[in-house]
Amino acid sequence: MFENLTGRLGDVFSKLTGRGALSEKDVDEAMREVRRALLEADVALPVVKSFIDKVKTRAIGHEVVKSVSPGQQVIKIVHDELVEMLGGASSPDEPVISLQAVRPVPIMMVGLQGSGKTTSTAKIARRLAEREKVKVLMASLDTRRPAAQEQLRVLGEQTGIATLPIVAGQNPVQIARRAIEAGRLGGYDVVMLDTAGRTHIDEALMAEMAEVRDVTNPHEILLVTDSLTGQDAVNVARQFKERIDVTGIILTRVDGDGRGGAALSMRAVTGVPIKLLGTGEKLDALEDFRAERVAGRILGMGDVVSLVERAAETIDAEKANRIAKKMKKGEFDLDDLSEQLSQMARMGGIKGVMSMLPGIAKAQKQMADANLDDKVIKRQTAIISSMTKIERRNPKILDARRKRRIAAGSGTEVSEINKLLKMHRQMADVLKMMGKGGRGGLAGMLGKMVGMGGGGMPEMPAGMPGDPKALQDMMKSAGGFPGLGGPGKPGGLPGLPKGFPGGLPGLPSKKK
Amino acid sequence: MTENPSKAVWRPESMTQLKEGNDVSAESEEDAPKKKSLFQRMKDGLSRSTRTITDGITGIFTRKKLDQETLDELEDLLIQADLGVDVAADITRTLKRDRFDKEISDEEVKSFLAGEIAKILKPVEKPFAPDPAHRPFVTLVVGVNGSGKTTTIGKLAKALKAEGKSVLLAAGDTFRAAAIDQLKVWGERIGAPVVSTRVGGDAAGLAYEAVERGRAENHDVVLIDTAGRLQNKTDLMAELEKVLRVIRKLDPTAPHATLLVLDATTGQNALNQVEIFGKIAGVTGLVMTKLDGTARGGILVAIAKRFAMPVHMIGVGEGADDLQVFDAEAFSRAITGAR
Repeated sequence: MFENLTGRLGDVFSKLTGRGALSEKDVDEAMREVRRALLEADVALPVVKSFIDKVKTRAIGHEVVKSVSPGQQVIKIVHDELVEMLGGASSPDEPVISLQAVRPVPIMMVGLQGSGKTTSTAKIARRLAEREKVKVLMASLDTRRPAAQEQLRVLGEQTGIATLPIVAGQNPVQIARRAIEAGRLGGYDVVMLDTAGRTHIDEALMAEMAEVRDVTNPHEILLVTDSLTGQDAVNVARQFKERIDVTGIILTRVDGDGRGGAALSMRAVTGVPIKLLGTGEKLDALEDFRAERVAGRILGMGDVVSLVERAAETIDAEKANRIAKKMKKGEFDLDDLSEQLSQMARMGGIKGVMSMLPGIAKAQKQMADANLDDKVIKRQTAIISSMTKIERRNPKILDARRKRRIAAGSGTEVSEINKLLKMHRQMADVLKMMGKGGRGGLAGMLGKMVGMGGGGMPEMPAGMPGDPKALQDMMKSAGGFPGLGGPGKPGGLPGLPKGFPGGLPGLPSKKK
Repeated sequence: MTENPSKAVWRPESMTQLKEGNDVSAESEEDAPKKKSLFQRMKDGLSRSTRTITDGITGIFTRKKLDQETLDELEDLLIQADLGVDVAADITRTLKRDRFDKEISDEEVKSFLAGEIAKILKPVEKPFAPDPAHRPFVTLVVGVNGSGKTTTIGKLAKALKAEGKSVLLAAGDTFRAAAIDQLKVWGERIGAPVVSTRVGGDAAGLAYEAVERGRAENHDVVLIDTAGRLQNKTDLMAELEKVLRVIRKLDPTAPHATLLVLDATTGQNALNQVEIFGKIAGVTGLVMTKLDGTARGGILVAIAKRFAMPVHMIGVGEGADDLQVFDAEAFSRAITGAR
């Protein structure tokens, strides 16, 4: 979501960092650019103004002028202020959704039409059921949009979460009462109330919403907001907050190419914390919102912590260990590669992974331009599954005839098979090195993937292509996060597993 | 200049002429608005949307002489209405050129703004007019998730029916849970047949079937719903391309119209939406929904400026009658609060 903003700010900062001393005028100029970038990203004007004021005051004061690298210092100040604006640093142990209340705990979802309430309801219910091992009941109070109740029922079936039986003719308040009652009688821990979309100036509907709140006394009231929203986002947030005391904000469509200004504004204006991000249409596409990470992403510093977390969640630890062992011995066959590819897909595909690595924002854009997408992964998986077991274990036996057969079987070209084999060989080499204590890993793998992408990648930026070394260097120059692509010094992002060697197979499983 | 041109092929008046007996939707019965003129309804809808900007203007123009500070604030206000940085700068520049250092009243500023915005919007004001030469007139409705595609189709179908056209609906959103049921409810309300398949079914195949049936049953218009998709999802956009390809197998000239539904609360991202949906789905016109909130829909001005994409209709509520012909002057006046 933040790529565009990242690009704009990157341009501004690159003008600053190259110089020894910064005058007040330099800072002023940079801040004008930052202001414009933020406004173009839909950050609310009052928020932009106070942000710029704060940064300017700090930047023009002693902090910058006297420091060794003033440019870097300005970026640091912007980063700090961004984190502050987004809600400050948070403790990862703090639960995102609080369930500290008498069971069944009512959670109420509110928002404008089409913001994504129903989908978010199902996502949150699923997550609570899975992570907190609680029994959740979902109820749709949307009697206005045709088939809205049906939509939640279907989502309940898909996620295996119970839904309140639909009774035609009941009004939202009646349904809410019935839901709480059913939650109590059925021994549910959580009752999620999905309300109808409403405009915050529709007095009748706002009053109805307040009534639902009064009869159910929700422990959390979550405002669902589309991250593509423009300047109006703050009005919406403010009104909902004033009217029913929203306890948290859920941002949806974060996987779009919006610039995320809404995220930057709403918390600053209302003080209501942003809790979760909806990152896709699938029902598991939901992430915790952590201010410091999002600030990092906006400034092109990457979000390695989220990446590691996602890896820990999606990777089958046992399989990973098995592959890791094989790797150490220098055995890395095509079956293993295939497993890696599907892991990559599970982690959100190439783009999903890339978006969280530091300093790759530009490369990403070029990838998009070159149309390198996750089809590559699919095609490669298809190629591997068109091979025999023996071929997968020992790719060396692949001659022209076999390759033609595989190409026909997978609907690809022989040249693509050759590319895949080359990638595999290179990866095997890198991994062997890693087994000997070298580094490379994930970054290396990405390097390979990108390097062979989509039949020749046009004009990657210098240092970007298939060479893992180059990619690592790039990362180092972009701030060098510890453990990723180099034995960097600790610092930077907290909580990164020590010596995160990259290399999907070697990833530590943080859970369990 | 201020009169609404009567060239519109269908007009909201025809929608409100529908008798109560004609099975009006449940919600519009509840809060059925009294019959109002187009301008009144639009102004009601939009005036709520524009309170901030008009308040802002009134606020900053208590000083009489037009100075740089005032101009800066005006530019900010336009940005806050989602007009975008460039358009805001353009308009302020023009105001500065004409009136700098001169005495100017609030009212003058408003009508100046309205005039400038209308200048940009007038060329894209174009009613949705199914061409009878194409029968059925195949219309594809596209947009990002939650922009209001299905609701817009329901409202549009009702308006077309009121004009005496026969309409076939196609429930092409086979992805979102219960989207098909949602369109079916609309079909029942307005008495239009609905072509549908199972959830997870092939959207392109369904579109094909709809066009085929539209022909066989000799419908005037076929309205095809599609699943919401973010424009940066290449796979989903490819799926949309396929829908178009498949429809063209039956009729190379189809779809005869592709409507992009935009949510008025959307900010600068709407520009990306128009660009990419335009490129991939060959969008022929826009519908802007949810103008009954406080969002100003100012992004439409930026879109008109950059893409010159026709704007057909605006949605100002959830009721079946809350779809109106886009009127550039009324919109500009409503957005600036000018009389």
